[in-house]
Amino acid sequence: MAAAHTVSTDVVFRVRRFDPTTDAAPHWEDYRFAAPAGMTVLEGLRHVKEALSPTLAWRSSCRMGVCGSCGMFINGRPRLACNTQIAELGGALVTIAPLPNFNTIRDLVPDLAPMFEAHAAAKPHIIRDNAAEQREPTGEYWQSPRQLEEYLQFSYCIKCGCCMAACPTYATDPEYAGPMPLAQGHRYNADSRDGGFAERKASLAGERGPWRCHFAGECSRVCPKGVDPARAIQLMKRQLVFDYLRLWKQPCPAPLAKSPAGVERREGIPDAPARTI
Amino acid sequence: MIDNKGRPNRLGVVGWLGGGRWGLERYLYALHRLTGLGLLAYFVLHIGVTASRAFGEASWTAAMGRVSGPLFKTGEFLVFAAFAFHALNGVRLALVELGFAIGKPIEPVYPYRTSVDEQRPLAIGVMVVAAILVIVGGFGFLE
Amino acid sequence: MRDQRLWTWHIGAGAVILVLLGLHMTIMHLDAIVRVFSPQPGEPIAWANVVARGRSAFFLVTYVLLLGAALFHGFYGLRNILFELNPGTPAKKALNGFLLVAGVALFAVGTWAAWAGFTVARGA
Repeated sequence: MAAAHTVSTDVVFRVRRFDPTTDAAPHWEDYRFAAPAGMTVLEGLRHVKEALSPTLAWRSSCRMGVCGSCGMFINGRPRLACNTQIAELGGALVTIAPLPNFNTIRDLVPDLAPMFEAHAAAKPHIIRDNAAEQREPTGEYWQSPRQLEEYLQFSYCIKCGCCMAACPTYATDPEYAGPMPLAQGHRYNADSRDGGFAERKASLAGERGPWRCHFAGECSRVCPKGVDPARAIQLMKRQLVFDYLRLWKQPCPAPLAKSPAGVERREGIPDAPARTI
Repeated sequence: MIDNKGRPNRLGVVGWLGGGRWGLERYLYALHRLTGLGLLAYFVLHIGVTASRAFGEASWTAAMGRVSGPLFKTGEFLVFAAFAFHALNGVRLALVELGFAIGKPIEPVYPYRTSVDEQRPLAIGVMVVAAILVIVGGFGFLE
Repeated sequence: MRDQRLWTWHIGAGAVILVLLGLHMTIMHLDAIVRVFSPQPGEPIAWANVVARGRSAFFLVTYVLLLGAALFHGFYGLRNILFELNPGTPAKKALNGFLLVAGVALFAVGTWAAWAGFTVARGA
């Protein structure tokens, strides 16, 4: 509900439209409306759909920058539409196109499947040799705060694809894994609970690996969560080079933290709740 | 392999060159490629030209005569400048891509200070040194 | 894996080139400041100076090292640029072969010229 003192500015949303059932090629359409102060690009798109063009299609969900659905190419940069205020773009014209370097399914909807495929190939999960423990955990793994810091930053990734859209290598080379899969591969290599460096090397040390990254740094500049995939990729290269030069070996994965035997629970501390899965 | 749905939308080689809203490091990356290709082209010709010294003084003098015109001298200066940039930017890239000068992983707090920001002083530094080298070396070409 | 090794050598070659090509550039273009490697009067590229360097074992070794490092570094860089344009697998195989052959051929030419300079100069 707009307050009486809210100032509205006239804006033009120049949107790349493409309907594969009717259009031969994408084309731009302009939508002019009054945007109240504080309106985000996502809210603007919703207004366009409600009032001006009901056929406009895009992906969005949480509208607060945590789900990663609404990545778009806004005024020449990959951004999250929900995280981008119209006012911060500076100007009355807002150009919105689907994320580049991905096929466009329709309007502003990119086909992110290749990115998720590359992500799966990086084996983004804890790999240890004790499969039984992984399936039926009996305790926690020891990890110090310093060990957590080694990978915590990279775990904030919401898989929005903005980094992939900004990467110059991914712009020409679909074989390149891309910033997100590589950063997530490193997130697990750097995790002290993980023992899967050798297994990930099979896909990461080859042609799809970090060698095609030349530190243009755009992935880190556009990342809406501060994940800094460029840092992760350079650290991954360092690890791989030192591994080749035999200057580094994967340490043993973090041990299991078992409660010492014969120790009574202190009075007043309740038992843990029963497992639900 | 998942079927690729939809209409292709890659930026292509334009993505290498950026588009005006991109950062310094992307332009350094594009210039690094350009100077590398220029240096390689010069180098291949250079091997051929300097191999003439194996045939004695007359052959050498003739070869040097062929590459002494003003166009060649300008080209050589550009090669020297390209080398200065490519070498020093290469030092930066070697350091950064081995994980030095980019800072440790941190808890991201907005506004984010990324690895790109951490190595920015190094990037400025190498460009300044490269510029100094080009100026100092350029005097030799003016003679 | 192959790319892991190639990239490491690429950086190593870059370091070698930094030193040796830096030396070469100093000899050729900063002769107003550093003259020790052009002992004869005239330009660094005057025949007398070319012979003076040619007969030195130090220059034989460093020129061949620089030649090898620069050819590897340059051709691997070119290979990177061309591969990132996403050619098909047959084109990639062909490129690999061509760059290897061209690199070895140029190395042979350069080493032959350096060796000729080393031996002819000694005989003169």
